[in-house]
Amino acid sequence: MSAHLTRDDVAKVALLARLELTDAELDTYTGQLAAVIDHAADVAALDLADIPPTAHPLPLVNVLRDDVIRPGANRDEVLSQAPSVEDRRFRVPAILGEEP
Amino acid sequence: MASIPTTAIEIAAAVRSGELSAREVLESHLDAIEAREPEINAFNLVLADEARAAATAIDERVAAGEDPGVLAGVPLALKDNLCTHGIPTTCSSRILEGWRPPYDATVVQRVAAAGAIAIGKTNLDEFAMGSSTENSAFGPTRNPRDLSRVPGGSSGGSAAAVAAGFAPISLGSDTGGSIRQPAALCGVVGVKPTYGMVSRYGLVAFASSLDQIGPFSTTVADSALLLEAIAGHDPRDSTSINAAAPSLLDVLDQGVAGLRIGLVTELMGEGIAPDVAARVRQAAEALAAAGAEIGEVSIPALSYGLSAYYLIAPAEASSNLARYDGVRYGMRVDAATTAEMNTKTRTAGFGDEVKRRIMLGTYALSAGYYDAYYGKALKVRTLIMRDFETAYKDFDLLLTPTSPTTAFRFGEKTSDPLSMYLNDICTIPTNLAGHPAMSVPFGAGSDGMPVGVQLMAPALAEPTMFRAAAVLEDAAPPLEEAFQ
Repeated sequence: MSAHLTRDDVAKVALLARLELTDAELDTYTGQLAAVIDHAADVAALDLADIPPTAHPLPLVNVLRDDVIRPGANRDEVLSQAPSVEDRRFRVPAILGEEP
Repeated sequence: MASIPTTAIEIAAAVRSGELSAREVLESHLDAIEAREPEINAFNLVLADEARAAATAIDERVAAGEDPGVLAGVPLALKDNLCTHGIPTTCSSRILEGWRPPYDATVVQRVAAAGAIAIGKTNLDEFAMGSSTENSAFGPTRNPRDLSRVPGGSSGGSAAAVAAGFAPISLGSDTGGSIRQPAALCGVVGVKPTYGMVSRYGLVAFASSLDQIGPFSTTVADSALLLEAIAGHDPRDSTSINAAAPSLLDVLDQGVAGLRIGLVTELMGEGIAPDVAARVRQAAEALAAAGAEIGEVSIPALSYGLSAYYLIAPAEASSNLARYDGVRYGMRVDAATTAEMNTKTRTAGFGDEVKRRIMLGTYALSAGYYDAYYGKALKVRTLIMRDFETAYKDFDLLLTPTSPTTAFRFGEKTSDPLSMYLNDICTIPTNLAGHPAMSVPFGAGSDGMPVGVQLMAPALAEPTMFRAAAVLEDAAPPLEEAFQ
């Protein structure tokens, strides 16, 4: 299945990706992204039913380290880089639209 | 004062023997930076004070009879997507401006442990997404050999820093050609090692199944030296190969007699500039003259590489860049709710190309399109790996252009992202396969700008690849010699 990317598609993925676009940006991105998706039509048109996918070049399965306690990142140093902190935790505005 | 050598190998030897001090080596490079950095803009940050302190410490160790390591006193530039403890790491993005990582990348630790002096953080296309450094939030880097042209990208700052003599060696990252293409355009050596050979701990992630860190240098031997210093297993990167890293410097003089080297027909025709293709054929003749058997090989699946890459890399990027939400690090644009804050922060913090890639990846992964795009691209990846496997039954190495053209001018491709993406057509396949590849300078094109030829090898065959690179380096026409 191959489809031509529309302005509505771009508006939808922008919403999913948490990006705000102006009307002018929507027009520009629709043209640019459609050109890339059209170029990918060669891949979308291939019949690859019998071919397994490759997600990763190395055949790695569950690489685990030894279960030994070791120091992690310095908590105060990590928090010092955050935009807002309270009681040694990351602070964010209201969620779920509730008043704080 | 003795004159300062231009290669890392010579500098380290002179510093270890006490013939030169690390401090005088550093000052000479800082002078070069002061003279030309304003016009080139290779760096987001020059670490003059930190580097002086580190160089003084190296000199004290030499004076005390210690050996500071194989990179003793060698100035080294770091791409600004490699985390440096307490030192700003921006990825050339507004969204990370001012962020000081709470740890060092493993490669940063390893080069310091070998005695290298980190001289600065280099400019890149934002989050390593681009082929010209024009996507940097802090302005483009200019090609030291012609300031009206791009240095390539995304590691354009690291390539330009070495080409301009700001540092003899630097580190970059390569997701679809981001080390090799700028190396070619700036006329220096650039290596993408086998996936998993170099730890990515502390490399800010772009596309995790493709990203790999590697060296830039003016000579093949310096890249061998730097790769030996950074390679090897790291328990902090689960994709790190748990085996001893190969020895490279030892094999550089072994030549190519008897090696079978294939010219890839798909990457020698349409879309490749005639002068670039001519230099690649000339490189093949040089390898043949040195005793290699040269043949032609077709790798049919390569024609789908670009499409597959520009679905897979953006898909992984859209996931990796979801972490920039204004909560834990970097900038925040305040808003009444967290959801609004997330959106406003990302909208203000990311540049155009990053937004394009995030949206492209989100689309390729979204319900209704996943099977047609991302799913198909993963299957094409299997085809490319199988076709490489077939080619490597008959050949030890493959030879191609690194980039379809020499360095292009600013603004030539910025309004048409697809034309920019086509720049990566020769470099992308090895990222998809996880194989090593490197660019070696091989004379000038018809415009007098450097041409790079690319050697590709099967996984972990770096020693063979470096042997051929050393032969090409010896046979390369001087850059000053006009293209015939």
